[in-house]
Amino acid sequence: MTQIFAYIPHQGGVAADISFEFPEAAKKLDAAATLTAVVTGSGADLDKVANSLTSLYAEVIKIDNEALAYPNGEVVRKALVNVLDANAIVLAAHDTFGMDLCPGLSIKMDSAYVADVVEFEGVDGSLLKTVRQELGGAVSTHVTCDIAAGAVITIRPGAFAPVEAGQSGAVADKSADAGDLAGKRRFLEIVEAEVGDVDITKSDVLVSVGRGIEEEDNIEIAQELAEAMHAVVSCSRPIVDAKWLEKSRQVGTSGLTVKPKVYMAMGISGSFQHMGGVKGNPFIVAVNKNPKAPIFQVADVGIVEDILEFMPELTEKVKSL
Amino acid sequence: MSSLIGPASFKIFGFFPAAVLSVLIPVVGVGLFAYIMARRLAPLVRAAPDNRLNRIPERIKNLLVLWLAQYRQPRYRTAGILHIVIFAGFLVLSIRSTSLVLVGVSDGFVLPGFDGVIGHIYNFFKDYAATAVFVACVVAAVRRGIIKPKRYSVPVQYGKDHTAEAVFVLGIICTLMISESLFEASNAAFEMAQTGHSEFLAPLSLGWIFRGMLMDLSQSTLQGLHITMFFVHDLTFFFFLCFLPMGKHFHVITSFFNVFFMRVDKGNIKPVQYGVTDEELDELESFGVKKLEDFTWKHMLDFYSCADCGRCSDQCPANAAGRPLSPRFITIKARDLMFDNYPMSGDIYKSKMLVEDIYTEDEIWSCTTCGACEQECPLGIEYIDKMVDLRRGMVDEGMVPQSLQKPLKALEKRGNPYGTMEKKRADWAKDKEFAAECAVKDLGNGDTADTLFFVDSITSFDDNIQEIARRTSKILTKAGVDFGILGKAEKDSGNEVVRFGEEMLYQDLKSHNTEEIMASGVKSIVTADPHAYNALKNDYTGLPPVRHISEVIAEKIRSGALMLKPALHPEKVYVYHDPCYLGRHNDVYEDPREALDAIDGLTRVELEKSRDRSFCCGGGGLMLFFEPEEEIRMGVLRVNMAAEAGANVIVTACPFCLVNIQDAIKVAGQEGKIEALDLTELIEEHLA
Amino acid sequence: MEILVCVKRVPDTAENEFELNSVGNDLDRDDLVFSVNEWDNYAVEEAIQIVDNVGGSVTVVTVGDDESEEVLRREMAMGANNGVLLSDDAFEGSDGKGIASILKAEVEKGSYDLILAGAQADEGAGQVAGMLAAMLDLPYASLVNKVEVGEGKVTVGREIEGGNQEMNEIDLPCVLSIQTGINEPRYVGIRGIRKVAKVEIPVRSASDLGVDAAVIGDANAKVKRVDYFVPDLGEGAEMLEGSTDEIIATLIEKLKSKGGL
Repeated sequence: MTQIFAYIPHQGGVAADISFEFPEAAKKLDAAATLTAVVTGSGADLDKVANSLTSLYAEVIKIDNEALAYPNGEVVRKALVNVLDANAIVLAAHDTFGMDLCPGLSIKMDSAYVADVVEFEGVDGSLLKTVRQELGGAVSTHVTCDIAAGAVITIRPGAFAPVEAGQSGAVADKSADAGDLAGKRRFLEIVEAEVGDVDITKSDVLVSVGRGIEEEDNIEIAQELAEAMHAVVSCSRPIVDAKWLEKSRQVGTSGLTVKPKVYMAMGISGSFQHMGGVKGNPFIVAVNKNPKAPIFQVADVGIVEDILEFMPELTEKVKSL
Repeated sequence: MSSLIGPASFKIFGFFPAAVLSVLIPVVGVGLFAYIMARRLAPLVRAAPDNRLNRIPERIKNLLVLWLAQYRQPRYRTAGILHIVIFAGFLVLSIRSTSLVLVGVSDGFVLPGFDGVIGHIYNFFKDYAATAVFVACVVAAVRRGIIKPKRYSVPVQYGKDHTAEAVFVLGIICTLMISESLFEASNAAFEMAQTGHSEFLAPLSLGWIFRGMLMDLSQSTLQGLHITMFFVHDLTFFFFLCFLPMGKHFHVITSFFNVFFMRVDKGNIKPVQYGVTDEELDELESFGVKKLEDFTWKHMLDFYSCADCGRCSDQCPANAAGRPLSPRFITIKARDLMFDNYPMSGDIYKSKMLVEDIYTEDEIWSCTTCGACEQECPLGIEYIDKMVDLRRGMVDEGMVPQSLQKPLKALEKRGNPYGTMEKKRADWAKDKEFAAECAVKDLGNGDTADTLFFVDSITSFDDNIQEIARRTSKILTKAGVDFGILGKAEKDSGNEVVRFGEEMLYQDLKSHNTEEIMASGVKSIVTADPHAYNALKNDYTGLPPVRHISEVIAEKIRSGALMLKPALHPEKVYVYHDPCYLGRHNDVYEDPREALDAIDGLTRVELEKSRDRSFCCGGGGLMLFFEPEEEIRMGVLRVNMAAEAGANVIVTACPFCLVNIQDAIKVAGQEGKIEALDLTELIEEHLA
Repeated sequence: MEILVCVKRVPDTAENEFELNSVGNDLDRDDLVFSVNEWDNYAVEEAIQIVDNVGGSVTVVTVGDDESEEVLRREMAMGANNGVLLSDDAFEGSDGKGIASILKAEVEKGSYDLILAGAQADEGAGQVAGMLAAMLDLPYASLVNKVEVGEGKVTVGREIEGGNQEMNEIDLPCVLSIQTGINEPRYVGIRGIRKVAKVEIPVRSASDLGVDAAVIGDANAKVKRVDYFVPDLGEGAEMLEGSTDEIIATLIEKLKSKGGL
């Protein structure tokens, strides 16, 4: 029987959203497999996370060690190798920690590694069929993975539907099995990003505003929608020229190239120069007063409305979800 | 005795012959001057080669028009007139000053030929010349020292104010004029006192006024004044001569040479190194200007020749927009460096990388190569070639902003700055409505035609600008021109590639396009993009004749092949904006205007800054990708100028101008009030 | 400091419009243009800057076919001192682990203080650097956007969620995967590449490297790309009409399905 372990990222005593998505991913991977959550850390925060996970997972393994207080790929890897079965399938998030941990983990567990999976399409013998995106999302690929000797797989956050709480699992403390966790890499500190210093190229959802915003004060309206959508505000060149937003927010050939999943083009006409900065084939929603705006040629969904009226209503609805 | 004792015979304190000083001062002065000039020439000797001895008749014409006739001076009226007075005065007085030096060894010396009527006539003019120069200098000093026109101010990032030097030199010139006049007037006053008449002095001239003032003085006072003024003049004259090469007044000496050697071509870019062919470029160790000595000797002479008049920067759109570029200080900073690195005595310093030492990267990338500075400079100082040479050096060192690396790489891989696939280059012609109306031959697919329509990248790929390609095609068809395009075989003309210093990439684009154009067998080329027009016409060699669509339109209207309807919008006020690469770089000013005026009932006004003083829209080609620091966009300034002129339609004849001005209209908040049109659009709409 | 930078030749996302071939199972490769993986370019620039500061040399290495030599030359034109091409028919079809094994063999032939790679590639999984580190038992940090060289160690910043930076101290030798934006890679023009056109680039085969045949090549790959496909996308925008409430309801459903909410 296949055993799947989901490595749960967490911060401040709260498990990441993806902890709701692993059960769905595991089910799609192999409906017959057993799923166990694995969580590493230290102290009260760890206990809090581990306990919260029992509503989603039948079994939760916690590994408590001071060396694990901050996620460090090298140290977590050692702990996992010591605790997990050699032939296990390990699911992790394709986030900045998953990318740090998983390639090396697959080597140490001598198992296959597939990164950034967005869909599972079943197991044929020992061959697992997965779907990935390549070339900035321009194309998708089917990738098969021989899971006979186990596998480490990272899944894209948000790709699998979250499940409802419905388990009443138990926490197993495997701290004693973690072994020697001394490493050659030492965590020093977190340098917080400066306020206002938002990297639009790293955001999956962009609420991008153009001339249709009309006045500097209206930027706030876009900001509210972005907050409701957990998105970031970007813009076209005229907005930066008008100094309503910083240069670091500008999308276009003369600005930054972005590769979001969803691009909300609000009052943007969609010039060649602007769209040249939108790569990776995102889902583009265009709202523009002008039904002839070229943005509607490249958008997936078009809406002819005044953004100044449309955005607040959309914000309301999104908030009420 | 009816004359004072002249300096040649005068004995100081009754025993020391003044003639000794009269010999000593010129000998020391000339010797010192020769030494200074030798030191000043040292960097020019180490400079890169430059070919400036060709096309002598044109160079002589430049000398006559720009140097002798001071043709560009009155473009700034007050300063120009003052300068012309001083310049003309200097020319006249140079004879007097020379003979005056010799008066020091031979009393009453006159130059050969100046002892008769000619001498009298000369003296008459000379008196007024000195007076006029004096007055001009006083006015100039008041302007520099008190009125302080903004053009002369030195922004804080460029160092200290230059007023002191300017006023000091004006003072020296005044001293020369006064001492010369007093020398003459003191003798004349003595003559008057002795005999009742004197040597003729032109009425109301300085000498004439001084004579009146000195009439009552004693003989000994007059004698003292006479000798003192001679030596004041003598010393000041040689001091001035030796002081000239120390600063901006070096132009008094170098301007003659600088104008003679100035560029005689328009629109082209200098080769990477004179004497090295395109095929030999690979063998060069280094490209472009990295250190001071990499400049050509003429470009160094430019630095010496700058009179600090500030006209270049006053016309520079980058400077107006608050970009970190002021052409005046490109020159001044280099001259200061030359003075520092090549001191009057001691060792020559080893020069550093110019970009880092005196220039910044942004400064050099800020230039749109519009040419306004060069058009204005009364001394024929060049900027575009220097900018390009500096950029060549930066490209060679890998110092290229990330925003420009993207399009440059795309040009290398795909032949256009957008990175769009080659096979989509002719997609603009596939627009259904258009294709039904107008079939465009693809010469890359084996079709043949008399004329090639060279579309170039922006017109091929930019959704909005593609309209220019379609309108151009319709106009050519209507005018009965048998034309075709190169389709996917066309690559970017590279006008900005060479101007951004990526020489080898440009060479590749040029040889590819040249080969394709020659293979197509066309007899002439037409383009709607002035940048392509300029590159094909002035940078490429051996192509069939190239014309801009505005030239074709004007010709076909004249011949009757194109007939235009009366104005569709007689209520609108049109203004024509001269694209830099059509106007300044290629002298096409009238054809587009003629085309507009051929539309009956169309109201057209002129911008104050038009024709060769046109104001750049913000730059084309790769400039669209570069994001300089600036306070305001050039396009916005331009749109505001159009608004001031009372226009509500800006017509231009360049795709980049159209993009920049259309954007600027939005930024300037003039949307709905002002619109921008390409000439082809206006004409096509009015085709009868 | 002796630095090895692992680079890769990839189809350039900025210069290509990816389309499938007529069969619909692979990319239409006729018009593709290739270049060095963007992240690798930052890694090479970082290596050059480190060597400019503390001395040493930069070697660039790639696993690929003859055409991969082009990217080595581009990186050498930037300023890398040496290039090594690891090329053998036996390498073809290797998965990440196979590529890491080949690189490991090359690393063990030299004596490197620091091994850099791009954090990921547009057509890759961001896996090789981490695998290589684990195989070599060297410490590793991914997504590095700052490197400060110290005595026997480096201080590195990792780019983590929210634009924050996680600072770590790592003992040398180590492996780092470099994130874009860590520096501004210098420009390399045609002239630069021509200058290094004649520099000898050694080519090493499986036997030269002594790499274990059981881990490389298609036959030993546990992870394989089967085909390419393009998820269905319509032409032009689907215009939403009706009352604003209706439009918003439809939009929210669509946003949910596309990961926008």
